[in-house]
Amino acid sequence: MSDDHDHHDGNADHELRVSKIQDGTVIDHVRGGQALNVLAILGIDGSKGEEVSVGMNVPSDRLARKDIVKVEGRELSQDEVDVLSLIAPDASINIVRDYDVVEKHRVERPAVVEGVLSCPNADCITTDGEPVTSRFEVLDDAVRCSYCETITREGIAELIDTN
Amino acid sequence: MRHDHLITSKQLSRADIETVLDRAAEIADDPDAVANRHANAVLGLLFFEPSTRTKMSFETAMKRLGGSVVDMGSVESSSVKKGETLADTVRVIEGYADSLVLRHPKQGAAAMACEFVDVPLLNAGDGAGHHPTQTMLDLYTIRENAGLDDLTIGIMGDLKYGRTVHSLSYALTNFDTHQHFISPESLQLPREVVYDLHQQDDTQIREHEALESVLPSLDVLYVTRIQRERFPDENEYQKVAGEYQIDLETLEDASDDLTIMHPLPRVDEIAPEIDETEHAAYFEQAHNGVPVRMALLDLLLSGGETDE
Ligand SMILES: [Zn+2]
Repeated sequence: MSDDHDHHDGNADHELRVSKIQDGTVIDHVRGGQALNVLAILGIDGSKGEEVSVGMNVPSDRLARKDIVKVEGRELSQDEVDVLSLIAPDASINIVRDYDVVEKHRVERPAVVEGVLSCPNADCITTDGEPVTSRFEVLDDAVRCSYCETITREGIAELIDTN
Repeated sequence: MRHDHLITSKQLSRADIETVLDRAAEIADDPDAVANRHANAVLGLLFFEPSTRTKMSFETAMKRLGGSVVDMGSVESSSVKKGETLADTVRVIEGYADSLVLRHPKQGAAAMACEFVDVPLLNAGDGAGHHPTQTMLDLYTIRENAGLDDLTIGIMGDLKYGRTVHSLSYALTNFDTHQHFISPESLQLPREVVYDLHQQDDTQIREHEALESVLPSLDVLYVTRIQRERFPDENEYQKVAGEYQIDLETLEDASDDLTIMHPLPRVDEIAPEIDETEHAAYFEQAHNGVPVRMALLDLLLSGGETDE
C-alpha cells in the first residue's frame, strides 16, 4: 500500500534508528550509500545548525539496503527533488508538518538539469570561465553535457556544483 | 535547409544533406552563376586554432560568392590573449559580419557561441567535437565516387580523437550504409560516439583491428592520420603505425572500384604510388571544399531559400 511498507514488516526497530521529525522532509528509499551525496546536493553540511538524521544501509524490501535522510525544518523545492533523482532515482519524498506526512511524492527524472552539475571534461567550453549555465541531458543511467556531449555514468554526485 | 547555424552533423537530416550536396553540384557546374550572389556580404573568420587550409577554403568560398572576409588574426595578437571570453568575442565580431566561422580548441565551443549571436555560425572544428563542413565535403566526394546508398565504408586510423570521423559517421546514418571502423585498440571510437550510432535504428557498425578481412567488401576507405604524440613511447607507435599504411600491395584484395579518401594532411598513411591510381580521391576531396562551403554559405546567408 504505502512506501512505509518497509517499516511494518515486523522489524519496527528499524524505524527507531531514525527519529521522527516534527516539520520537514523525509527522503526515503535512497540507494544504499548515497545518503551523504543527498545531503551534498541539498547543500546541507550541518554548519548552519540544521537538524539532520541519517540512516544508512537499513534493510528494505524494495532496495535490499536503503538510506533514509530526515531534515528538520526544511521542505524541498521541485528543483532540489529533480536533482536528487539523478543519484536517488527510487527515492520517495515525504513532507512532514506537525509529525504528519502531508505530502508524499516519488522523484521523477527531469529531461534536463541546468546550472546544477559541472562538466568533468577539462576540454569542455563550459569549464573555461564563459558566461554560460551548465546544461545536462538526463539519460536512463547517465547524464550528458549539452555542450561537449560527454556522458557521465559513475560519480554523478561529484559533478554537483557546490558554488 | 532551414537552420540558423551549422554546429554538428547530427542536426542534419537526409534532406538537408541532399539540399547542400545538390546545391554544391550546381555551383561546381556553373560557378559564374553565383559570382555576385552575396556581393555585399561579409564573413567573419574566428580561428582560435591555426588551420590554414580550412580557413583558406572558407575565404575562397566567400570570395567566389562575391563577398569578403574579416579575420580576427592569430590568437596571440587578439584580445583573447587578454582573457576575453569567447562569448564576448563572437558578440563583438557579429557586429562586423553577416555570418561567422568558428574554429576553437574547446569541445562545445560552437554550440555555446551560437547562443550569443543572431547571425549564422558555422562550426569549423571544436576540439575533439565536430567538424560538419568537412563532413559535407566528405559526403559530396563519396556521392560523386560511390553513391551514398548501399554503401560499405571503412573508416581507419585514429578514430578516438578524429572529429572528422565522428561527424562523418553520424551523417552517414542517414543513408543505407555499413560502417566498418578499423583502428588500434587504443584509438577506437569514443564510447559516446558508439552510443549515438547505436541510437540510430538501421545503422550497422562493426569495429576491427585489422584491415584485411573487411577490405575486399569496401566501396570507400576513409583513412585518417595516426599521430605519434598519441602514444606514450615511440615503440608503441611504430608497432601500430605500419599496420595502417596503404600501398599498392595492401590493395591487392581490394575492389577495383575502391575509393580512397583522407581529410589531409597525410604523412605516410597512404603511399605516393596510390596517387596515380583510380582509387585516389583525396585531392579531389580537398578541392570539393570550396563548392561545398559556397553552397553552405549560400544557404545560410539566404535563410535557406534557394532562388529558383
Ligand atoms: Zn561538457
